[in-house]
Amino acid sequence: MRGKVWKYGDHIDTDVIIPARYLNNPDPAALASHCMVDIDESFSSSVQTGDIMVGGWNFGCGSSREHAPLAIQASGVSCVIAASFARIFYRNAINIGFPILECPEASAAIKAGDVVSVDTKTGVITDETTGESFQAKPFPPFIEQIIDKGGLLNYLKEK
Amino acid sequence: MGMTMTQKILAAHAGLSEVHAGDLIEAKLDIVLGNDVTTPVAIGVFEKAGFTEVFDNEKIVIALDHYTPCKDIKSAELCVTSRDFAKKHGIRHFYDVGTVGIEHALLPEQGIVGPGDCVIGADSHTCTYGALGAFSTGVGSTDMAAGMASGLNWFKVPPAIKVELTGKPGPCVSGKDVILHLIGEIGVDGALYKSLEFTGEGVAELSMDDRFTISNMAIEAGGKNGIFPVDEKTLEYVKDRFKREPAVYEADPDAEYERVVTIDLSKLEPTVSMPHLPSNTKTVGEAAGLHIDQVVIGSCTNGRMSDMRVAASILKGKKIADGIRCIIIPATQQIYLQCMEEGLLKIFVEAGCAVSAPTCGPCLGGHMGVMAAGERAVATTNRNFVGRMGHTQSEVILASPAVAAASALAGCIADPRALGE
Repeated sequence: MRGKVWKYGDHIDTDVIIPARYLNNPDPAALASHCMVDIDESFSSSVQTGDIMVGGWNFGCGSSREHAPLAIQASGVSCVIAASFARIFYRNAINIGFPILECPEASAAIKAGDVVSVDTKTGVITDETTGESFQAKPFPPFIEQIIDKGGLLNYLKEK
Repeated sequence: MGMTMTQKILAAHAGLSEVHAGDLIEAKLDIVLGNDVTTPVAIGVFEKAGFTEVFDNEKIVIALDHYTPCKDIKSAELCVTSRDFAKKHGIRHFYDVGTVGIEHALLPEQGIVGPGDCVIGADSHTCTYGALGAFSTGVGSTDMAAGMASGLNWFKVPPAIKVELTGKPGPCVSGKDVILHLIGEIGVDGALYKSLEFTGEGVAELSMDDRFTISNMAIEAGGKNGIFPVDEKTLEYVKDRFKREPAVYEADPDAEYERVVTIDLSKLEPTVSMPHLPSNTKTVGEAAGLHIDQVVIGSCTNGRMSDMRVAASILKGKKIADGIRCIIIPATQQIYLQCMEEGLLKIFVEAGCAVSAPTCGPCLGGHMGVMAAGERAVATTNRNFVGRMGHTQSEVILASPAVAAASALAGCIADPRALGE
């Protein structure tokens, strides 16, 4: 996957990813139309399919709302890179089969607007704008299996 | 090497003699919970995957508490989805308007969760039941769907931070001050992926309601769970409520902790969290005098009976300050009724407060107290993120019921210990 970077800071919480006032409609397209609105009004109208979101520490903290990774995914974002993820967001992203990569070095170095390519299999992140490469932590095999099956329920169904 | 209390509960539910931090395990679930926001998404996932039966209709709880009584047509439609599913599958613990309370006050009160349980809930504050000595953690809707289908879920066994409580809290220092202080110390990701295990002689000084408040906000430090040992107070609390046999687990003496944090309860001050992170803590003295527009006393953090009593003891016979809106939300119908019987509703109304039926409402900016730009609230809730209670330019300051009630009287942040001086 390859795309332009939307860069955000530390502790991006699920209330700013998708504010609670929009949780009354869980349709992914509706969620996408309000994604990040409280900290970045331009995001939902300007994001392009394939773009990559980069956050800092503790990305996705706060509420358990699966609406948060759903909103980012439905916006067309291909993956999220962060220094670290809050644990419920991390579970939710895996469970819906949405790629996320933990890499503090990439999170610190990559800038908004850079073009970045990601190999989710190897965890290699390349900032094509600067030429720098980074290695994300690989998933444990069990989690890789869930992602390969396209999410937790498919994994469960096959078991 | 020994196991922590959390690790023992997880091992027992995974059918293993021991587990270690970092192990990926599959554990049996005693209770699977969802609310009006998260359950419809879980139902969608459950049905899309082709599941037609729930694993056990006695072990699933659906509580319609966030936007109820419904605030708009879309939230009403979400409730219809949950209602239809509950009826179709004969979900025994289904709570709708009239019986529903805020879920994390309701489940312990109704004896649905108890010591030794392994619980997941599609609500981040599911960690509340750690106060009962249960392993309990918040998950998303897909996890809820998996739990409803199989009665199982996967967990990464967490390492732990030991929080050693010593001493006895002074006047107007409650569980809320303990947890806000702790989050201020370790940060909003200080316990990321970890258990917070509370221990020490200070535990005995804390009421069950204090412990619920503390476990409730473990997630605000990034924690997977926040757990208390089971003692006489716990067993007394569950005695006439919990229908199953309490299972009491204790951490091994040689359990490994990544870190030990000691809190001397006698040294704590009433504490507040300034916008926009729960870790931005100050003592009430440092924040005193700051103008406020609204006070909210309620939520899964602080809407329990002892919270209502503390607020009433401060508001009794007085009027809240001009220009202040004070909204009080008893967390369950039983608490509401008890407030009525003890005359607390009269005290609240006579003081100029609005009293609401149980709902999460304003805590997440849903309804019943949403704020405009430039407004500021003191709330006994759990999060003060940007836009949490309404407009992105509104602010939430987190505090205990004592600080919130004193602030309602003063019209600004106020120290409840200074009242009457």
